[in-house]
Amino acid sequence: MRTFGSLLVRGLIVGLFAGLLAGTFAYVLGEPRVDAAIAIEEAGSHAHTHDHGDSTEPAAEEEEPLVSRDGQRAGLFLATSLYGVALGGLFAVAFTLLRRKLRTGNDAYAALGLAAAGFVGIVLVPFLKYPPNPPAVGDPDTITRRTVTYLLTLVIGLLAVWAGVALSRWAARYGEVARLAGGVVGLVVTVVAAYLILPRINEVPETFPATLLWQFRFASLGTQATLWLLLGFGYAVAVDRRPIRSKVAAA
Amino acid sequence: MAAPAQSVAVPALSPKLLAVALLSVGVMLLLAYLVGFDQGAVSRSGMYLHELMHDGRHLLGVPCH
Repeated sequence: MRTFGSLLVRGLIVGLFAGLLAGTFAYVLGEPRVDAAIAIEEAGSHAHTHDHGDSTEPAAEEEEPLVSRDGQRAGLFLATSLYGVALGGLFAVAFTLLRRKLRTGNDAYAALGLAAAGFVGIVLVPFLKYPPNPPAVGDPDTITRRTVTYLLTLVIGLLAVWAGVALSRWAARYGEVARLAGGVVGLVVTVVAAYLILPRINEVPETFPATLLWQFRFASLGTQATLWLLLGFGYAVAVDRRPIRSKVAAA
Repeated sequence: MAAPAQSVAVPALSPKLLAVALLSVGVMLLLAYLVGFDQGAVSRSGMYLHELMHDGRHLLGVPCH
């Protein structure tokens, strides 16, 4: 048995590494898309504006940013690392509290299962309803609404995963196929119902290149997939006790 | 269906464990908030941290301006 402190510290460390490597992925595959989007934003800042004033003041403000582009590229690693640490800590808490509910005798499988559930609920469900947008896309006036709906999809995603697991366990009495079908039905019905109720938001300017938009979105999805993959496998290794046992046996 | 007891690596649930876990969740959510949403209200750095982590926020899928 491990103490909560040891489980938490493992989560924080694994999260830090996962965040750093996700940052590397984002730096290599995401930053070129962000740069391209910012170039479009700057080129179009006179031609098209969401705010109706035709002043040049916003453009003038943007010429003296608080943080340079190089600073933001470095800040990317700070952001993904801190986010990784936070997710790692939350993951450790979830592992501690839910471990006994997971029907596997293997801690590593339990960690992988939790990571898969987290990725679906926290990344995939929000991504499919509100795909992330690069700079130059999005109306600043609606940021509060978009933030709230994004957080809602995140909570709904986790609820959907829970619904899938609950229905799958209930349906298990009717056999293996029913167990799997129950999981899919519980998840998909919850998600589709939520998608239909949540407001539709599309603020992509018609002139924004579709290819660049989706290159950015897949880079974002890849960044988060990297984070969750490493978190899951990293934590699986961190809580796997076989290496410790063999050390004890060797001593 | 329960897992064999000896393979479970986590401490037993107790009020103390729940309290510590809840506190940890609070700290982690604050950290995630700093990355994803703060505009100086918590970090007391004005918009500096917000701007510094701008690209990360976009690429982590958080809505941004």
